[in-house]
Amino acid sequence: MTEKPIRVLIAKPGVDGHDVGAKVVCRALMEAGMQVVYTGLRKSPEEIAKAARELDADVVGLSIMSGAHLPLSEKVAESLKAAGVTRAKLLVGGVIPARDRGALEQLGVAAVFGVDATLGDVVSWVRANAGRAA
Amino acid sequence: MSGPKVVWDSGIEIAPVYAPDGAEKPGEYPYTRGIHPLMYRQRPWTMRQYSGFGTAAETHERFLFLIKNGNTGLNVAFDLPTQCGLDSDDPMAEGEIGRVGMAVDTLADMEEAFADIDLNKISVSLTINGSAVAIMGMYFAMAEKRGFSLGELRGTAQNDILKEFVGRGTWIFPVEPSVRLVGDTIEFCARQVPHYSPVSVCGYHIRESGATPAQEMAYGLAIACAYVDHVRARGLDVDEFAQGISFNFDIYGNLWEQIAKFRAGRRLWAKIMKERYGAKNPKAMQLRMIAGGGGAGLTVEQPLNNLVRSAYYALASALSGTQTMALCSYDEAYTIPSEQAAKLSLRTMQILMTEIGACDTVDPLAGSYFVESTTDEMERRIVQMMEKLDAEGGVLKAIAEGRVQADVNRQAYEHKQRVERGEIKKVGVNCFVDDEKSPDVEFHPYRREEAEKQIARLARVRAERSAAEVDRTLEAVRAAARSGENVMPSVIAAVKAYATVGEICGALKQVFGTYQEPVRF
Repeated sequence: MTEKPIRVLIAKPGVDGHDVGAKVVCRALMEAGMQVVYTGLRKSPEEIAKAARELDADVVGLSIMSGAHLPLSEKVAESLKAAGVTRAKLLVGGVIPARDRGALEQLGVAAVFGVDATLGDVVSWVRANAGRAA
Repeated sequence: MSGPKVVWDSGIEIAPVYAPDGAEKPGEYPYTRGIHPLMYRQRPWTMRQYSGFGTAAETHERFLFLIKNGNTGLNVAFDLPTQCGLDSDDPMAEGEIGRVGMAVDTLADMEEAFADIDLNKISVSLTINGSAVAIMGMYFAMAEKRGFSLGELRGTAQNDILKEFVGRGTWIFPVEPSVRLVGDTIEFCARQVPHYSPVSVCGYHIRESGATPAQEMAYGLAIACAYVDHVRARGLDVDEFAQGISFNFDIYGNLWEQIAKFRAGRRLWAKIMKERYGAKNPKAMQLRMIAGGGGAGLTVEQPLNNLVRSAYYALASALSGTQTMALCSYDEAYTIPSEQAAKLSLRTMQILMTEIGACDTVDPLAGSYFVESTTDEMERRIVQMMEKLDAEGGVLKAIAEGRVQADVNRQAYEHKQRVERGEIKKVGVNCFVDDEKSPDVEFHPYRREEAEKQIARLARVRAERSAAEVDRTLEAVRAAARSGENVMPSVIAAVKAYATVGEICGALKQVFGTYQEPVRF
């Protein structure tokens, strides 16, 4: 198939500076043939939504290590909606307690990858759920 | 003085130092065996657990708890807004106030956190980088207000901005002015706060971001040289300021590899300072360090295993002749340590220090064919890497272009893949796995009402201070930043007028601009 590659935006919302994981995931998705844009650190929800719109992202992945995943995911979800980004699936990765997963799903998060997730888990999920064939 | 006699149960008396005639002794150049002749026989390492969360009042309580339990230094964690130079009422701070460290907006917070603590007895390490000039200024101003002289203060600021561009990420200003601010603190401390170490160069976070131990040391020493070069260019001699540069290294991984890394790094730093920079003062040649942490070695799976890992890491650190030690707590792979976990880290070090003989004699591994040979090989590899960095334009350029970042991240990716393929074994993760899942992670609770309290407190300080005085002192900060004169005196004046961290960093941003992150893979 010669379809366009899946487009993924990986973003660091808030002020957490730990981005080893985010960049490792970027690399894994790139090696799987996807088009990946990494926002860099400390992006506001509005900046993330703008980047997602410009990329016409199939998937937006947020990396959050500080424990602020609930307020940050909520704001990004709102900003994506306000920016008209309705098609992209929202992922959250990082140090996320299992008991917060339900709350994240209610905010519109399609999947959560905790610290025990493998790179393979993330790649397969994106492939299967990006909304089109790879 | 070699401290009290050490006699084993079997009646054997232990000498502080063992060495054949003519062999290198501890406390002698090039300090392979340690920077003091008697090391732990005279004074054991400082135990300095990283701590801080919530408001200044809550952090103050944890400080008192740690001191009561035998912590001999404090290692202050600041929340992310403080570290990024943002006030608690900044929209970007929402959800993060007091979360991963103490929230500090103004001098009032610093005063509350350190109330009643003897600042001339307890050495205080401030883990602060991007906003270091403001926070160091607050610490110094607070100490002076409490009646201590700057000359009495002992401690360290992390203040290694170059590694923040590689890992950790709390940069604010572009690379060049960032290094200049570090230079300002080094110069200021050399003249006014002589026992305070203004910089702790961190190989640590570069290692945590994916570097090998040899790279950790190579990048760390190269970054330290970049600061030395900068301050020398101001006309200062290394003998005047280099003793203010200390180091922070990581201790997870292969035990022997860490030991070789530390012994080689200590020797190489002494040679660089003497041979390249012409240091004559031994203190300028001695690599003083905190060797601790080990966070990247810990796992969320079977978290109590981390207690055992930390104990081995602590042993590596003690066998390497560290000055200060701090251990990541067993729950620190996923949260701010609980009080119990922090205490267990402290007890781990205390057991090592008092029960199993880690302080009996200095550098007990010296003369081991294995350890000496791997130390030499480690030194050769570190030198090669530093030469390659220099040949490619130096570490400043490599960081500004994002090359170091891309390199260590590629390695982090390869490491993760090798763990997933089972080529690198990790107990509880890819071998000796439990049938039942580990219990859900317990987070340190985030209390919105504490954040609101902090914002209200900031509003009160803003209302009570003299706005004219704040404007005047902030203008002086801008003027110093523009003219190139040392910003520290004007920052301290602004702090005393209760200008906020955000206002001070904001004033500097107006002059310096903001770092634009090079994203490259």
